[in-house]
Amino acid sequence: MFKRLGSTGTEVMLKVDGKPVRARSGDTVAAALLAAGIDHCRTTPVTGAPRAPYCLMGVCFDCLVTIDGVGSRQGCLVPVREGMAVETQLGRREAGR
Amino acid sequence: MNAADLPSSCDLVVIGGGPAGLAAAALAARAGVQTVLFDENAGVGGQIYRGITATPVEDRAILGADYWAGVGLVDEARASGAVIVNGAIVWSLDPARRVGVSIAGKARLIQARQVIVATGSLERPLPIPGWTLPGVMTAGAAQTALKAQGLVPDGRTVMAGAGPLLWLLAAQLLRAGAKIEAILDTAPRMNWLRAAWHLPDFALSPYWSKGLALLREVKAKVPVIRVDRVEAHGRDRFAEVAFGSASGERRMKADLLLLHHGVVPNVNLALAAGVAHRWNGRQLCFEPVVDQDFGTSIPGIAVAGDGAGIAGGTAAAERGRIAAIAAVAALKPDAILPQVQAIRQRLAREEMGRAFLDVLYQPAPGHRRPVGDTIVCRCEEVTARQVRDAADLGCEGPNQMKAFLRCGMGPCQGRLCGLTVTELIAEQRRSNPAEVGYYRLRPPVKPISLAELASLPISDAERKAVER
Ligand code: FES
Repeated sequence: MFKRLGSTGTEVMLKVDGKPVRARSGDTVAAALLAAGIDHCRTTPVTGAPRAPYCLMGVCFDCLVTIDGVGSRQGCLVPVREGMAVETQLGRREAGR
Repeated sequence: MNAADLPSSCDLVVIGGGPAGLAAAALAARAGVQTVLFDENAGVGGQIYRGITATPVEDRAILGADYWAGVGLVDEARASGAVIVNGAIVWSLDPARRVGVSIAGKARLIQARQVIVATGSLERPLPIPGWTLPGVMTAGAAQTALKAQGLVPDGRTVMAGAGPLLWLLAAQLLRAGAKIEAILDTAPRMNWLRAAWHLPDFALSPYWSKGLALLREVKAKVPVIRVDRVEAHGRDRFAEVAFGSASGERRMKADLLLLHHGVVPNVNLALAAGVAHRWNGRQLCFEPVVDQDFGTSIPGIAVAGDGAGIAGGTAAAERGRIAAIAAVAALKPDAILPQVQAIRQRLAREEMGRAFLDVLYQPAPGHRRPVGDTIVCRCEEVTARQVRDAADLGCEGPNQMKAFLRCGMGPCQGRLCGLTVTELIAEQRRSNPAEVGYYRLRPPVKPISLAELASLPISDAERKAVER
């Protein structure tokens, strides 16, 4: 869905649902997921519908993922770090649980 | 900076690191006021100058000269002595000017003598069928990905909506190599009749020639189709856009649909602090009631920038300066300050063409007030029909609607449904948005975990005051 304009920054490796994903320093978690072509990052608590980052500016909360064991973090506000473990999220809505 | 290193009190707290916040912090710190600026992103710049300190987009022509003007603002703020804290999420502000902030999972309350809220704007929702599908994003999201990470839409992209920024975003994406199949323009043609009245002012404003150049640039490369209906289709992800106009119905396969519906003030923090707001009938949104120095109904709390009503990035910086001059004057009556009159004149010039743009791009009623199964509240998946039915059953306002349907109760706290719910209730009950009002908001305005709350160095009683 997205391609990179150039290859600036250094390579950062994440684990997304246990699988290695290549990102660049300067990415947020949400941007890294989009760049890696991951189709959704959570499902909704009400109907289980898939959601992907929508606003990328901290407004919509559709980018909620579990990061290093902490649930419901806004992926678009968190910069990637080497070795970070990201998990897509099923249905939960509360922050940090 | 860690939360633990923050002072427990401070002269001026500025919230938001866009043009208004940067300009305000720079001016105040230079005048000798102890200033802390909190910004929730990894770098300052806000949305307009997003990524300005670290963008991987090297070709300056892509984002344009207006973007790069942000460098000066950042340099000024950095040299001023203001403490700039990024990754700082402000989740509460109360009338006594206590600021609740969370940095890297640790929370802190800071007592400020003056506060300037510079939380800017957010994109007005464009609630169309299918707008929650992965593959549908806001145009602002695509712009953010471009500025901050150098990511460009790959594959077939369609843009839909209305507003002056739509054309800027399209131009930036095209320059960066995106392939835009079509722009579906939802601005009602009738708007021209009313906008023409404001044309003379606009023709004198700095936006006139820039706007025309952008329109020409985009229209030379992308077919622009006037539509009065847009729908996103697909099973688990967006695959096709359907649209209708006077000349019939069409469908188009695409990979990415970017929606834009203009921008509106991001009012959540100011509302939760208890700042008085009013309905702006031209911009069709709520905005804080401010005086000529951007002071609000609460002493010591100002709202500067687009958060005080949409006027654009350059105006936002001027507004930030005016608010900062007032804050400094209150804190340090003997401080040497720049002439406010000259700043007011520059601001007036920036705001001159606004009425024309507001009216020309006023979103169509059908796109502000959806019908049927179209989702209104994305978080709790509440539909337009549910909201309309509840209003018919006697639900008079957005707060009652929360209790009925849970709309506005999800993590986004109404940021993506508040205006829609207000307008739907107003329509069903033959009232108006000013009467119906907006969601009542309480801190925390950003979700904060129990662990973060527990890290607050405060008493149990104080903690209870901010828990939901
Ligand atoms: S994508 Fe909207 S909050 Fe992160």
